[in-house]
Amino acid sequence: MTVLNEWAFIGVFFAAVWVFPLLPIVGARLLGPSKPNALKQSTYECGVETVGDTWVQFKVQYYIYGLVFLVFDVEVVFLFPWALAYNQLDFFGFVAGLVFVFFLFDALIYAWRKDALEWV
Amino acid sequence: MLELNAQTIAFFIFALFILGGGLGVVTTRNLIHATLYLILSLFGVAGFFVLLSAPFLASVQVLVYIGAIAILIVFAVMLTRSMTRLRDLYNEQWLLSGIAGLLLFGLLAVGVILPVWGQNGARSGQPVSDAVIGTVDLGKALVDQNGYVLPFEVASLLLTAAMIGAIVIARDDQE
Amino acid sequence: MNDVCSINNFVRCLTQGGMNQDLANLISLLLGVVLVATLPLLTVILLIWVERKVAARVQDRLGPNRVGPLGLLQTIADALKMLTKEDITPLGADKFIYNLAPIIAFAVVILLWAIIPFTPLHVGADLGIGVLYFVAIGSIGTIKIMVAGWSSNNKYALLGAFRTIAQLLSYEVPLVLSLLVPVMLAGTLSMQGLVFAQGGMWYVVMIPVTFVIFVIANQAEVGRAPFDLLEAESEIIAGYNIEYSGFKWGIFMASEFLHAFTVAVLAAVIFLGGWWGPFVDQVPALGFVYLGLKTTVIYLFGLVLRATVPRIRIDQLMAFNWKFLVPISIWNVLIVALLLQVAKGLNLMPGPDQVNNVIAHLPLTILLLAGNLVLGFYVLTRIRGFGRAQRLADEARRSGAVVGAPAGD
Repeated sequence: MTVLNEWAFIGVFFAAVWVFPLLPIVGARLLGPSKPNALKQSTYECGVETVGDTWVQFKVQYYIYGLVFLVFDVEVVFLFPWALAYNQLDFFGFVAGLVFVFFLFDALIYAWRKDALEWV
Repeated sequence: MLELNAQTIAFFIFALFILGGGLGVVTTRNLIHATLYLILSLFGVAGFFVLLSAPFLASVQVLVYIGAIAILIVFAVMLTRSMTRLRDLYNEQWLLSGIAGLLLFGLLAVGVILPVWGQNGARSGQPVSDAVIGTVDLGKALVDQNGYVLPFEVASLLLTAAMIGAIVIARDDQE
Repeated sequence: MNDVCSINNFVRCLTQGGMNQDLANLISLLLGVVLVATLPLLTVILLIWVERKVAARVQDRLGPNRVGPLGLLQTIADALKMLTKEDITPLGADKFIYNLAPIIAFAVVILLWAIIPFTPLHVGADLGIGVLYFVAIGSIGTIKIMVAGWSSNNKYALLGAFRTIAQLLSYEVPLVLSLLVPVMLAGTLSMQGLVFAQGGMWYVVMIPVTFVIFVIANQAEVGRAPFDLLEAESEIIAGYNIEYSGFKWGIFMASEFLHAFTVAVLAAVIFLGGWWGPFVDQVPALGFVYLGLKTTVIYLFGLVLRATVPRIRIDQLMAFNWKFLVPISIWNVLIVALLLQVAKGLNLMPGPDQVNNVIAHLPLTILLLAGNLVLGFYVLTRIRGFGRAQRLADEARRSGAVVGAPAGD
């Protein structure tokens, strides 16, 4: 139950932490002037009028970076229990981890060679 | 009956997150809002993991699902930009699909959940699992020769295959 | 019966007064939360002043020195000013998530303070998975950027948000990989456990390469120079928070400074021995002071780095991460793992009862340090070779094109 008490702290923390930035925002809303006009509310584009839709050509490269990050993220998630128990593992444990990391390092080299990691 | 202690309150709050988030995902018209509701739902799942004494899984849930997969979903939404302007209901068979969903729910409840965990079920009153596994035991089991070392390595191969496959597909699109 | 109602037996005090056990628990938790959450808020006020003073001194000027003694009240004056600014919401912005983004930004940073061990006795919540909590909360930070960039209804905000997310996602990989190594050495994920395990020897001496990778990845995660392309005032203006004005922008800035400080605190906890120092066993409150000193060292290093080094381009940023930092962090993990097995085989590991004994840790330290130095030298030699090849190629190109070529490049 003490373990859950720690998490209860985190839970209460989560619930309470939204209040802190909310107070000054509300305060600013109350204290500050509010005179919206079309010019102030227009989109900022270094002084020129904005042309066309708010749409940016989304390069596939962003998606590839996210994907490679995801693969490495899941890899690290597997490696954390391995590292945690590492002191109690024997050489076989090291080799198992080595093989695991080796496969993913291989994938990284593949991505590198295929220029998937270039910023287009 | 259910006693009103902190755990029950937390349970209901997280259940509200999950169900509310799920409802929000399917009912909202703006795909970015849908992604945010999904993130709320995933937070609820992480909370459930904490209540089930599996904090490692809770943090993995947040780290992988919310930190990586939700971002990828947002990127995917961006790739199909026109989808954020949906106004019409695309699905013409909503009545049939609603009935199918309800039937599935009934089947699962009556056929699987109630006989095992219901009032007269085989394991009513017992916890889902007797073992409280620590993360250290998980680590040892992952590389144990009589344990899960083979699935551990196969998982790595699976991840490699996923990455190579995705890169091949993405490269084809570019060239 | 009538023992003093101090903060240690607060809960018992309340229940004896007739309150429900759970409610008393909740109130005591709430008190703890308020205490732990106020600490970063007070810190951020001081922090902005430190930032401006150091940047000013490096640039050979004085920095704020009018408001209050030495300009210490400057931050408060600025905050009050920002409170009275008009809150301009751009047309067409998605109102709810536009207002949500600064709240998420600040909340995410304060949440990190829950797990920091201030003294041997005081920690907000000593989670069994402290390190993973840090990584998980850090990875939520990308959500706020997406939300801010999208809801501003501004092309450049969106573009800035994409690039920021690409940078943050990329640099999270070496960050998490480098965190595997202290976990391997300590055998625990909890922050307090990591500090206790450094009683024999600080990890910065045992695994310096990991420390360097961690600090570099953290600077990139926080968006500090030389990785601050995305909030570079001279280039994409403010990136994803272009359209924010008044206090909301102030919250973004404050949360960024606080994030930089928080990762410095965590680096001090994980690598520099946290609250360890002379006489900390007798006077636990000294731990707080030691932690503050160590954090200041790392944070000042970040500030001076920011003032010294030019920022690097986005493609150099990505190449640096994926082609340099990630392979090195992977090798680092594998080399330390191998050395630990060697140490176990040679019986060099300190026993469980020798945790605070420096001498017992020496053999392991020397072994790991040797491995790290070998890796470090190898990396530096490769960098030098790479740099030399680049320089030769540049000179060849320049001397080859000097005949009749117009000026340029």
